Amino acid sequence: MRTIDKRLKVTRRNFLKSGAAAAGVTALATGTVVIDPNGAWAMSAKTLKPDTMVTLVRMARDLYPHDRLGDIHYARAIEPYDAKAGADETLKRLIEEGISGLNQAAQAKHASPYAAVAEEGDRVALLKSMEATPFFQKIRGDMVVAVYNQPEVWTKLGYEGSSAEHGGYIHRGFDDIDWLKDA
Amino acid sequence: MAAKFDLNDDGVVVIVGSGAGGGTLGNELAQKGVKVVVLEAGPRVEMEEFVNNEWESFSQISWLDKRTTSGSWRVAKDFAGLPAWIVKAVGGSTIHWAGASLRFQEHEFKTRTHYGELAGANLLDWPITLAELEPYYAKAEYKMGVTGTNGIPRLPGNNNYKVLAAGAKALGYKEFHSGNMAINSQERDNRASCQQIGFCFQGCKSGAKWSTLMAEIPKGEDTGNLEVRSDAQVIKIEHDASGKVTGVLYGDKAGNVMRQKARVVAVAGNSIESPRLLLNSASTMFPDGLANSSGQVGRNYMRHTTGSVYAVFENPVHMYRGTTMAGIVRDEAKLDTSRGFAGGYEMETLSLGVPFMAAFLDPGAWGRGFTSALDGYDHMAGMWIVGEDMPRETNRISLHATEKDKFGMPIPNVHFDDHPNDVAMRNHAFKQGSALYDAVGATRTIHTPPYPSTHNMGTNRMSAKASDGVINKHGQAHDIKNLFVSDGSQFTTGAACNPTLTIVSLAIRQAEFIADQMGKREI
Repeated sequence: MRTIDKRLKVTRRNFLKSGAAAAGVTALATGTVVIDPNGAWAMSAKTLKPDTMVTLVRMARDLYPHDRLGDIHYARAIEPYDAKAGADETLKRLIEEGISGLNQAAQAKHASPYAAVAEEGDRVALLKSMEATPFFQKIRGDMVVAVYNQPEVWTKLGYEGSSAEHGGYIHRGFDDIDWLKDA
Repeated sequence: MAAKFDLNDDGVVVIVGSGAGGGTLGNELAQKGVKVVVLEAGPRVEMEEFVNNEWESFSQISWLDKRTTSGSWRVAKDFAGLPAWIVKAVGGSTIHWAGASLRFQEHEFKTRTHYGELAGANLLDWPITLAELEPYYAKAEYKMGVTGTNGIPRLPGNNNYKVLAAGAKALGYKEFHSGNMAINSQERDNRASCQQIGFCFQGCKSGAKWSTLMAEIPKGEDTGNLEVRSDAQVIKIEHDASGKVTGVLYGDKAGNVMRQKARVVAVAGNSIESPRLLLNSASTMFPDGLANSSGQVGRNYMRHTTGSVYAVFENPVHMYRGTTMAGIVRDEAKLDTSRGFAGGYEMETLSLGVPFMAAFLDPGAWGRGFTSALDGYDHMAGMWIVGEDMPRETNRISLHATEKDKFGMPIPNVHFDDHPNDVAMRNHAFKQGSALYDAVGATRTIHTPPYPSTHNMGTNRMSAKASDGVINKHGQAHDIKNLFVSDGSQFTTGAACNPTLTIVSLAIRQAEFIADQMGKREI
């Protein structure tokens, strides 16, 4: 059967807004957030604190962890919050206060900000404890759309997206399953 | 050439809505020489404009006007503002439907007789029988080009179907095939053959799938007797001192309120909007809303006992390739109360793309239990359960006490509580669905709760007696003889099958009746 090449092509699109590249998880004083030892992406934040953006990206991965997805895909899902928060004071407060609460809980339990808590299980327990909050529900509800609405994520998960322009699947494997004994 | 009628032309039939009921009725009447104005709340989006992208398409064609929900159904918690997943565009929900075209079984027109008195259910026999509707089912199947009828070959089964069929065979099921689908398996009626595109829900881009947008409306327009006015949301139906309806008020794209006069009004806005309109048309003469002397307008809302089973396999399936719903197992649709519930259910192939799978697989879920299932996306097969749910008086559409839309019309609230029979049926179907996939080696099966309702039925139901329902056997209001209901809200009960074929059949039959009654000056 026709299977899919799940490798992504390397492109400059991996840089979101600015072209910085550095190692590790860092929030620079300039408002630019840089993550990834391979220099894969960076973004600049105008409204939300850079630390907040870094924490949100960590949270997005902890909510919807796919080990085959790079941070870039979670960062893309988070990035629009900065502009939205710039236009919406209530959202800005919801996010900053939510992140602040998450960090306080992390400090109390692990003497560390959330994004630096080493064990995923510990971070998940922190998220679980705030599952009922409007902040958590807002981020979760947005992420389940934003993380999975990216064509590169579709490729990674083996989904081919739009097909009409390729003539559908009538000649591209709609019935090519070959492992059923009795199909 | 599409007609253009004057607002003051009181000789026209005004149809509210252009979907399976309204679009079909409009064309059928136009073919008989009746002048028709179809008022469609949504825009006209043509086939070329449809997009193979779930969220983008959702924004393009869905009915997204605010609605509220209440009741114990899970949709009220997961999708509080989206009780139904239906379309606001010319063609209505025939843009979105998957094409499954099944006839009711004989007993499904007589549920009160066969199922008896079920506590908490408001069962009633239809005022028509299968035998009476059969000639119209035949006409509808021919019109729509349903595969497996009229010598039309069935669609080839896709990968998702092959898994379903192998599992069905292993379980000992007997009646399974690639469906009776209103999707061309070969060129027919100036529409192309299915290209196995896989985005049936987003509007078929090859035109292979029957819809009123592609088939009925253009044919009706060609007669010169049909005008489809888009972006026209009907707010109120008006009547005279004798109680006959005289026309409608509608809001247009610019926000103006217009009055279209009418000789006859037929309501076909789907089962949430149709009762909303009748309720909002209350007057001194009809204080509880039009056609509501029975108090049944908005009640007995049904949405089928749905659910999905997704299964992950060791090897790839690529279920999203090809026709979404061309696969069915019918063995559980039979009448067999030994299973612990009345009514039956179909198992139909279904797939969602990654964006919608994430949204609907287990709404609200997060963490590795959830994401590990999506990691198996390309190894998944899926089915949808379509079962008969019980009508309940308390499951109803009502007008919101305070919230109004941009035309000042109260928004609808949709209240639904599962009947214990619905729950028993869903649990049985989940178990059988898992067993089916386990029989072909599933490593994991997932029981997905109901999506926002696509099959909305019953809120203006047919009844023999005026005290039991809203309309008679022709869809004519018991209370007002030039007022009709022409969509799925007519359904007395919902049967274990996708409703569109029955809506279309009823519309063909109703067109004969309306034309006859107009000819006799009865209306």
